[in-house]
Amino acid sequence: MSAASMLSRPVYGTLSPQAGKHHLLVADAEGAAAILDLAKNAPADFFAKAHIIYIPGASGPEYIDALKALNPERFYEGPSFAAALPRLRQTFDAAHMGTRLYIAGSEGLIGQVMQVAAEAGVDHASIQTEQRGSLARRVQCVHCKGITENVTTQPVKCSHCGLLLLVRDHYSRRYAAFQGVCINAEDPTDIPPTEEIFR
Amino acid sequence: MGINFKQETFRDDFSFRNSPEQVRRFPFPFHEDGYMYSVNIEPHVPGAKNTVFEHLFDVDEHYVSEMHDRALVLAEDPLRCQSLPHMTLAGWDTLELLMTEKAKSYPEHFSLTRDGDKWHWVNRPLGIDDRFTFGDTSTLPYDPLEYITRQSQGDFAVLDQRDGNLWMDAGIVTTQADWSLDFDIGMNFFEWHAPVPLAHEMGVFKRALKFLMALQQGQPARRHNWTMTINPRLDTSPENYHKWGTDRTTVTPENVGDKVHLRVEIQMFFRLPRSNALLFPIRCYLIKMDELVTSPKWARRFHRVLRDLPPELAEYKGLVRYRPTVVEWLSKYDDGAPTSPGFGPD
Amino acid sequence: MRAGSNRIDVTVTDVVVVNELVKRFHFERTHGGILPTFSGGAHVVVEMRDEGKTRLNPYSLMSSPLDTRDYTISVRRDDAGRGGSLFMHREVKPGQRMVISNPVNLFSLDLRAKKHLMIAGGIGITPFMAQTAQLAGRGGNFELHYACRNDALATYADVLTARYDRRIHLYRDDHGEKLDLEKLLSTQPLGTYLYVCGPAGMIKWVRATAAEAGWPDETVHFEHFAAPQPGKPFDVRLAVSEVDIRVGEHESLLEAIEAAGLNPPYLCRGGVCGQCETNVISYDGKFLHNDHWLSEEDHRSGCKIMPCVSRFEGKSLTLER
Repeated sequence: MSAASMLSRPVYGTLSPQAGKHHLLVADAEGAAAILDLAKNAPADFFAKAHIIYIPGASGPEYIDALKALNPERFYEGPSFAAALPRLRQTFDAAHMGTRLYIAGSEGLIGQVMQVAAEAGVDHASIQTEQRGSLARRVQCVHCKGITENVTTQPVKCSHCGLLLLVRDHYSRRYAAFQGVCINAEDPTDIPPTEEIFR
Repeated sequence: MGINFKQETFRDDFSFRNSPEQVRRFPFPFHEDGYMYSVNIEPHVPGAKNTVFEHLFDVDEHYVSEMHDRALVLAEDPLRCQSLPHMTLAGWDTLELLMTEKAKSYPEHFSLTRDGDKWHWVNRPLGIDDRFTFGDTSTLPYDPLEYITRQSQGDFAVLDQRDGNLWMDAGIVTTQADWSLDFDIGMNFFEWHAPVPLAHEMGVFKRALKFLMALQQGQPARRHNWTMTINPRLDTSPENYHKWGTDRTTVTPENVGDKVHLRVEIQMFFRLPRSNALLFPIRCYLIKMDELVTSPKWARRFHRVLRDLPPELAEYKGLVRYRPTVVEWLSKYDDGAPTSPGFGPD
Repeated sequence: MRAGSNRIDVTVTDVVVVNELVKRFHFERTHGGILPTFSGGAHVVVEMRDEGKTRLNPYSLMSSPLDTRDYTISVRRDDAGRGGSLFMHREVKPGQRMVISNPVNLFSLDLRAKKHLMIAGGIGITPFMAQTAQLAGRGGNFELHYACRNDALATYADVLTARYDRRIHLYRDDHGEKLDLEKLLSTQPLGTYLYVCGPAGMIKWVRATAAEAGWPDETVHFEHFAAPQPGKPFDVRLAVSEVDIRVGEHESLLEAIEAAGLNPPYLCRGGVCGQCETNVISYDGKFLHNDHWLSEEDHRSGCKIMPCVSRFEGKSLTLER
């Protein structure tokens, strides 16, 4: 199986303000810069109807003041995606049609927010996304189904079952993960070198 | 006169064999001495007697054993059968289609009695006799899709049609050619075909999608595909690839005839009436090289197809490791004589 | 395989005058048995033999998909149209045998919806008759807003209200009742899908208002069969079959091609499904594009035409047919 780029690989765009009654913006780390860029083109009343959920991660406090200076209707800063999740779910539950969703940052964050949005009935095609920062991947082991986070190497050892996985470009929105398939199933003694390629 | 159902295995001791009659009705997939992708979709209409196309849903001598193998796979990994919440209606559509066709085609083995929404289904080969309320999931032991496809040979994908695309939102997949329903469920037509090389560039999927979106009820269509499998293993899933992958290293000139199988998929497409979804059954047929070469034409032709296959396709189909051994073995059956056009064994 | 070729022999079992503009027609299989199951929003193409001419008009099925002993359609008389609705109103009587196509659905429900919000105008109510029956049978969450001229022309409003009570909202022009669409769209839960069927102006208004209110395109479904418009006759060369044809004033290009003995594929005959798309080889004149299928770019290019609804004015037109 080849790891060449394929059509299930998500294509991310550039955030741009959409017509809408409310705007929910979710970002991690460098994703904040995408929100700041969007702000340059946004109508004057855009952030008065906006809710920003931000997970600074490795970026630390770098972007916090600039995001707050946009004067969003609500601003939340959280330590991790897991910590922000209950708030995100509650926000979707209470939302009406006309609420637009924007996600920026790592591929893992984009995928996981899209998962929650899908549960709330938002079609993936209705969402604005922009990839910024780390290219590390979430990888699902097709054999044991466990997900290994922050994968930067090819191949990678499954953090659950220990099989050596080829990380394919084949991507599942439902799992918000790339597919990992045992790279040496036909000859387990064949151990290819590990290279750091998703950074 | 009914079908003589065999008891056999598709794992461990691999006792699967085709009877001579089954070999003669094998859907050999090459109409000429070469192979490249094409849309190759044709109307799925009942065909000649003693072919796999005699009925819309073929039931053959392997039925009981294949259903037993499916039950083993599902017990090990229930994720092989899944349905997103909005697909229940399509599940009922599927159940209706399979029950009515089976009862019509094989009255000695299956019967369906309908009194409004009170249905009575009898499947004699599997010893099933159930009364249930059509549309009421609580009256069946499984959801409707799983219930009926545990009694139907082949994999089934159910495709929701919306926003100008087809979405694989339900299915049961236990005899697949190396793709994962669990991973692919929810993907659209282009996404789940993403790993297939060459065909996207050829526009094959765009044309196929346009055709399928316009498919009407009562006018099913079919196409075929093929690959090869070492040992008569139905469950060549990516989930278990680390368990069966080593099979591919066990081919020797001495065991090609018994171990190497041509695997043909008959893919069908039916518009489902209530849900407006598409049912996509993928029926798999296996034949050993020893069985294949009992037709001199098939032997000559398959030798030429396999020898001349483009390398990308050989890699995608997972044939690279053993192709030379099989080509060498088949060459003994190819005297270079011309082959007649068409699929039949002569 | 040819789309649109699967026909059913039916007998008209009843013709009911619904109001001054609308008649309802009931069909059963001529040779007995139930008709094919269908899904809410589906249409059938009805074949009309009108003085040597064959008309093929699509009509939404409005009976319940849960009961297919018969099919029913409702036809609004269009005195200015090309004559299909007049034929149905004047010529079709109980006991008559007709031919219809298998049902085809180009306006299906998105079953993922947490709520279905339906907006109908006038005779655009018909697909919603079937869709509401389908949803009600499974406990689906829907709400229907229906605009009409007056009580006399509120086709089936009584039936719907009796069936679904407060889920039906009626707006009568002559009572000055007006749908506050902006407000309606602002209070719908996430996961709501919007369906609209009615006059072209209404569809345009609903789509534009929804887009302005931040409803993504994927969540807005509309059914708009453009009935073929009459126009000046024109001549066409069909290059593949080497035939010259004339398209009459009250005939569509597709009908003229069929009259010449060709069978191009079709599903909707209303400019939306894309099946009859035809390549233009050469032309000298101007296209009158009326379809919703081709892109604006396609329209400008002069390379393609949808013969079911579009026409041509000018010196010459050669098509790849």
